[in-house]
Amino acid sequence: MAVFRESVPRDLPGKMMELNWSLVLLLVLLGAAGVGMLYSVGDGSWEPWAARHALRFAVGFAAMLVIAMFPPRFWMGVAYPIYAVALVLLIGAELFGATVNGSQRWLDLGPIRLQPSEIMKIALVFALARFYHDLPTERVSRLGGLLIPAALIGVPAMLILKQPDLGTTLLLVATGGAVIFLAGLSWKVIVPGIIAGIVGGIGFFSYGLEDYQRQRIMTMFSPDSDPLGAGYQILQSKIALGSGGFTGKGFMEGTQSQLDYLPEKQTDFIFTILGEEFGFVGGLVILTVYALILANTVAIATSCKSTFLRLTTMGVATTFGLYVFINVGMVMGVLPVVGVPLPMISYGGTVMLAVLAGFGLILGAHIHRNAEPPRGVGLFG
Amino acid sequence: MKFTRRALLMAGGGALAFTGLSARLYSLQVLEGERYRLLSEDNQFNFRLVPPSRGRILDRFGALLADNRDSFRVLIIPEQAGDIATALDRLARFMPLSDFERERVLRAASRGQRFNAITVAEDLDWQTFSAINLNAPELAGMAPDVGEVRSYPYAAAFAHVIGYVQTPNEDDLADESREAERLLRHPGFKVGKTGVEIARERDLRGSAGALKIEVNSVGRVIRELPEQSNAPQQGRDVVMTLDADIQQYAYERLGQDSAAAVVIDVNTGELIALVSAPSFDPNLFVGGISSADFAGLRNNDHRPLFQKSIQGTYPPGSTFKAVSAAAAIEHNIFRPNETVHCSGSVRLGEREFHCWRRQGHGTVNLRTALKTSCDIFFYEAAQRLGIERLHAMGQSFGIGQQFDIGISGVARGIMPDPAWKRAQRNQGWSTGDSYNTVIGQGAMLASPLQLAVMTARVASGRAIEPTLYRNAMAPPAAYMGLRDESLVRVRDALRAAAEEPGGTSFSLGGLGLDGVEMAGKTGTAQVYSITAAERESGVRTQLDLPWRLRDHGLFVCYAPADNPKYAVVVVVEHGGGSSAATRPARDILRRVVARDPSSRPGVFADFGNMARSGS
Repeated sequence: MAVFRESVPRDLPGKMMELNWSLVLLLVLLGAAGVGMLYSVGDGSWEPWAARHALRFAVGFAAMLVIAMFPPRFWMGVAYPIYAVALVLLIGAELFGATVNGSQRWLDLGPIRLQPSEIMKIALVFALARFYHDLPTERVSRLGGLLIPAALIGVPAMLILKQPDLGTTLLLVATGGAVIFLAGLSWKVIVPGIIAGIVGGIGFFSYGLEDYQRQRIMTMFSPDSDPLGAGYQILQSKIALGSGGFTGKGFMEGTQSQLDYLPEKQTDFIFTILGEEFGFVGGLVILTVYALILANTVAIATSCKSTFLRLTTMGVATTFGLYVFINVGMVMGVLPVVGVPLPMISYGGTVMLAVLAGFGLILGAHIHRNAEPPRGVGLFG
Repeated sequence: MKFTRRALLMAGGGALAFTGLSARLYSLQVLEGERYRLLSEDNQFNFRLVPPSRGRILDRFGALLADNRDSFRVLIIPEQAGDIATALDRLARFMPLSDFERERVLRAASRGQRFNAITVAEDLDWQTFSAINLNAPELAGMAPDVGEVRSYPYAAAFAHVIGYVQTPNEDDLADESREAERLLRHPGFKVGKTGVEIARERDLRGSAGALKIEVNSVGRVIRELPEQSNAPQQGRDVVMTLDADIQQYAYERLGQDSAAAVVIDVNTGELIALVSAPSFDPNLFVGGISSADFAGLRNNDHRPLFQKSIQGTYPPGSTFKAVSAAAAIEHNIFRPNETVHCSGSVRLGEREFHCWRRQGHGTVNLRTALKTSCDIFFYEAAQRLGIERLHAMGQSFGIGQQFDIGISGVARGIMPDPAWKRAQRNQGWSTGDSYNTVIGQGAMLASPLQLAVMTARVASGRAIEPTLYRNAMAPPAAYMGLRDESLVRVRDALRAAAEEPGGTSFSLGGLGLDGVEMAGKTGTAQVYSITAAERESGVRTQLDLPWRLRDHGLFVCYAPADNPKYAVVVVVEHGGGSSAATRPARDILRRVVARDPSSRPGVFADFGNMARSGS
C-alpha cells in the first residue's frame, strides 16, 4: 500500500479501495436515522415519508459514489459552468417559480421540482474553490481578489433573499465567507470586514427584513410571551424535546409530536421528535455522528494537496455543519426559526441529493487527495 | 501551513458549537425535563366533566313518574367554531335551524366563555344525527353528542306535584359550590324548578365525574382513559307515596273542570294522589317552553299552572260540620238525643241566619243534622260551644296548619278565632262569626290537602301527617286523644249521609262495590250571593250565573265506612254546588278501594306490574 501513498488511483477498483469507509458508514447511519424518524412521524407507516426518504437516500448514495470517482480536473472544468447554470435557475425561479409557504423556492421542471438555491450552495463552493485555486496566494487580500468572490457570493445571495429565504441567504453568505477565510484572507481585511458586517447586519435587520422574519428573530428571545402566536413552534418544540428526558419516551411514543402539537415535524422539526422519543442519549448520539462526520471532512481537507480540493471539501463541510447547527439550535430555541432542515434526516429531496452530492465531492477529494491539478488561467487569464 | 491552521480553527469553532448544543440539549432534557414533561401532559390530557344521571322518581309501585331518556344533540364549541354565524350556516345544511334557535346560540356564545360548549339542538332524530356525525369533518366546532333528557311519561297528571327541570339560570347558580357550578353550566344540564324536582334536587342530582381524555393540538379527542377517571355519582331515585294509576284516573275523572283531588291513606297520611286540574305537559318546559305556549297557560282562567290541591284555599263549607259535630260530642253540649227544631232560619239580633234548606229540616238530632247538613242545628252548637272550643277542634283536625309534605307552596289556610279577627280586621268577634265558622263559611279557608287531612283524622282518629315520600319505617301516627264516642258517632252520621235515604250524598248510590260502604260529607263554598234583584230578573240557580261567580263544590269521603282506609277530597272551583264534586270523588274512592291490596288478597303483585307497565 505504501507504494500508492503518494499516487492517485486511476482505475475504478483502485478508487473504490481508497473510499473513506468510515465517512460512508456515518452517512448511512444518518440516513437510517432519518428513515426511522420519518416512519415514526408518519404514525408507524412507510407512507408518506419514510419510504420516499429511503429511496432518495439510495439514489443519492449511488450518485455520491459516482461523483466521488470523477477526478478534480473534471470538477475544475465544470465549476464555472455549474455556477452559471445555478444562477440561471435562480433567476428562473424568481420569474417562474412555484410559491410554497409564501416564498418562491421551487422550480418545476416536469417530473422533478428543484430548489435552485440548494444547487447554488455547491455551485458557489465550486466557483470560489476554482477561483482561489487559480489565484496566486499573494493576491488573495488585494482588491481584485476580493471583488470577484464578493460578486460570486453577493449576486445569488440577493436573488435568494428576494424569494424571500433568509435562512438560505445567510447560509450561502456564511459558506462563502468561510471559503474566503480558508483561502487565506488577511486578518487585516477580516477584522474590519466583520465589524462592517455587524454594522450592516444591524442596519439590515432594521430596514431590510420582512416583518415576519423580524418577528421570528424577536420571538426567539421570548417565545413564552406569545405561546399561541409566533412563539408556538419553538415552545411546542421545547416542550416535546424537554419532555423526552434522559432516555426518551421510546420509538413511536412521542406524544407531543404524534398528536400534531408540532408543526412541520417531518421537515425542520425532525430533531425534536428524535429528542422526544430517544431523549438526551439519542440526541447526543446523533450530534456526535454529525461531529464525527465534520471531523472526518476536516481531516480529509487538510490531507489534500490542491487548493481546489481543500476549499471544496471545507466549503461543503461548512454548509453541512451550519445546517446542523442552525437546525438544532432552532428546535432548541437558541436560534430563530429560519426554515433550515436537518441534513440527511429531515424529509426533503433536493437537500438530501445536494448533501449526498456534496459528500460525493468530499469522498472524491479523499480519493484524489494527492492529485495536483495545474493552476488554470483563472478569470484574469 | 496557513490552510491547515485555519481549517483547524474552524474545526475548533465547530467543536465549540457542538459542545454548546449538547449543553443546551442537556439543560432542556435533563435539567428541565420534569417541567417540560408536565407541560406536555397539560398539552396532552384534559378532564372532561361527566354529568351524573338524574335520579328517577317512582310511584309507590315502581312506575316511573320522571325518567331519563337518551337525547341526540349537537353542541357548538365557540373556540373551535370560528365565526359562530357561519358555523350555524354550515350546520343548517343538515338540519332545520329556526331564527329563534340561532338567536339563542349567538346570545349564549357572546355571553359565555369561548371554550364552554353550547347546546344548539336537542332531541334530534337518528337520521339527522347520523348525517351530522357523518359530516363532522366539515362542521368545525360542532360536536354531536348523546345526552340525557328528562321525560315525564304521565305528562299532565303529575305536572304540579312532580314538577319539572330546566336549564339553570343565574339564581340557581348563586348558592352552589364551584364544583356544582361547573356541573350546572355543563351544556344540557338541568335542575329542578318546581315540585318534587326542586324539593329533592340534592338527592336527584348526584355529582359530576371526570373523564381523563387525551387530546391533540386542535382539541380532538384521541382516546379516553376511563381507568384514570372518576365516575359520576349518579342521582338517587326518589320513591313517592303516590299511585300513578289513581293519580292518572283522578286527573282524567276531573275532566275539564278547574278542580283538585286528594287521595290519602287515612292511617298513615300517605298521599295516594295529589291532583290539580287543568294541568300542563311538563315535558314542554324541559326544553324551554315557547312564549306563546306559556302565555296560553298563564292567561287561562282555569289557572293550569296553579297547584290547587295544596296552594288553593276554599271555604270548607259543610264539610267542616264533621269537625263541629265532633266538638259538640266531645264537649257534651247536647244531651243524648237532644233535638233542635229547624224552621229554615234563625234570628240572631238584627240578622237572620238561614238553613241551606229553605223549608227547614223540622226536628233534628245531631246524627240527622250531620246526615242532612242542617245549618240551624249547628248554629245552636256554635252558640253552646263558643268559638274557642270550636277553633281548637278545627286546629286539631289540621285547618290553619301548614303541613310539610316535602314540596313547597303548601298553603296555611285560615282557622279563624277572635285573636285572628282582631289582628286582621281589628274587629271584635260576634256570635254571627261563630255561626259562620261552625258551618265552614265566613273567614275559614282550607286547602284540599287540609280537607284530606281533616277527613283522614275523622276516619282513623289518628293525628296523621300528610306525606309524599314513602317511608316504610315510619311508625303509625298516634291517636288524636278524642273520646272514642265522638268519632264513632261522627262516622256513623257520615256513613248515613252517603248510605241512608235523606243523606246529602245518598243520591250517589253508594260506592258501588259489593259489601263496602262509604261515608261522605258534601260542602258548598259560596262565592257570590244572588241578590234579590237578580232573583227577580230570573237568576234562579247557580247555572244562571257566569262561571267565575258560581259556588265551589266540595266533597270529602272515605271508605270502607266500617274500617276506613282511604279518604278522597274533591274540590271543583265554581262547580255550582257540591254535586259537581260528589261523583268524581266517589269514583276515585271506588277505584282506590278496589285497588287496595288487602281488599283483594293475592293481587298485590299484579297491581305492581300493571303500574310498572305504565297503564
